[in-house]
Amino acid sequence: MNLWDFSILIDYWDDFMAGLGRTVLASLLGLIGSLVLGTLIAILRIAPFRILNVVGTVYVEFIRNIPLLVTVFFFFLGVPALGIAMEPFTAGTLGLIVYTAAFVAESIRAGIQAVPSGQSEAARSSGLSYIQTMRYIILPQAVKIVLPAIGNQMINLVKNSSVLAVIAGLDLMYYADIINLKTFKGIPVYTLVALFYLLLTIPLSQAVHYMERRFAKSN
Amino acid sequence: MNRKLSRTFRWSAAVLSLIIMLIAAGCGSSGEVDTLEAIKKRGKLVAGVKYDTKLFGLQDPATGQVEGFDIDMAKALAKKILGDETKLELKEVTSKTRIDMLRNGDIDIIIATMTITEERKEQVDFSDVYFEAGQSLLVKKGSPITGLESLNKDTKVLTVKGSTSAQNIREKAPDAEILEFENYQDAFTALRAGQGDALTTDNSILLGMQKQDPNYELVGGNFTDEPYGMAIKKGNPEFVKTVNELLKEMKESGEYDRLYEQWMGIKPE
Repeated sequence: MNLWDFSILIDYWDDFMAGLGRTVLASLLGLIGSLVLGTLIAILRIAPFRILNVVGTVYVEFIRNIPLLVTVFFFFLGVPALGIAMEPFTAGTLGLIVYTAAFVAESIRAGIQAVPSGQSEAARSSGLSYIQTMRYIILPQAVKIVLPAIGNQMINLVKNSSVLAVIAGLDLMYYADIINLKTFKGIPVYTLVALFYLLLTIPLSQAVHYMERRFAKSN
Repeated sequence: MNRKLSRTFRWSAAVLSLIIMLIAAGCGSSGEVDTLEAIKKRGKLVAGVKYDTKLFGLQDPATGQVEGFDIDMAKALAKKILGDETKLELKEVTSKTRIDMLRNGDIDIIIATMTITEERKEQVDFSDVYFEAGQSLLVKKGSPITGLESLNKDTKVLTVKGSTSAQNIREKAPDAEILEFENYQDAFTALRAGQGDALTTDNSILLGMQKQDPNYELVGGNFTDEPYGMAIKKGNPEFVKTVNELLKEMKESGEYDRLYEQWMGIKPE
């Protein structure tokens, strides 16, 4: 038997495409969801109210110190046990969003706090409100600092979406496992899977690089 | 470099290459060793078994002991080859890992609820059938599903990745949505969490789940024949013969029937 027989990929092309579609969908939903949720958590962490800071800190420390798989299983098994029906794909994507948001929040917080405190003090003493200081002075500078870190998180998110395979989330990795077990041709199957993930992650990292250059010019 | 030193170098180089050649030759031959010979030389049989499957191979969390029909078969085989059923090492396998582990030489034999199929025969050699299983459905008591004919596009059927059950259910119930999990416990956990309407695999495994949680029951009888065989690395005709002899002896002596009833709760047909 030829382990390098790539022709079997054609036989299962429809399955690969179905899986790739789900992986792209989970990644897009995850990307948007985790950026929105992560930004909200970051705001909680740096807001000038102690109670909000505590809520944000508890979220970040709780979620980022639990394995992604455990978080996903919470949505997959725990939430339905509470009487809320949830598709495996939905459970997996929610798990991804909640998990990635913790890291996004940390990156954003670190970026904002990396802007020298003199900037904020100068803005406030020249009469800008807290919100105005954030909007016009701090955030434009923080975005540049935060971009590379966020880019990393988004690339991780795309790769982490393979966790769906474990809960029958019908993603690329799920189909790859099944095709491999049917055909025993792991080398071509997982080579193709690697290429598909690269197809998603490389444009993503190029986009982040492009945005970094754009923001650098805006100085 | 002076003459003496260069001679020393040449000598050490020669000795070194000799050692490397010897090691390489040793590796080359050990890769081709007959499995049965290797077991006798080692004084121990290494069997790949399930750790998560009731009745066949299940680890007791309290004692760490693995018990079941497959385990007792492995013990009988150790006794036949080495004269002592304790000269046995068990290694956990899953449907996903077992063939690779056998081919890598991590285990001597797979005794792990493995169905004999033409596809798998290209990868490994099988013993005679040691258990006649058949695929069935497990549902929650009171479920509207009464058998294959109840499965339609609105029913979710759970099963295990890489199992013959997954292939069969696709053919027998083409409209049903099939979700495949890593192992039987994960699939059963998903069923109990309400992530599916029925779980399908071999009746013998479903019987174990039914014992574990009496709120679930088998419905509709068997719809396939899935004979279990023990799998052996290709190129070991003597080992296959030994296993088949053992099965014949056990059936003749009544030992097979005794073990079957002990684990399955019923007599073999």
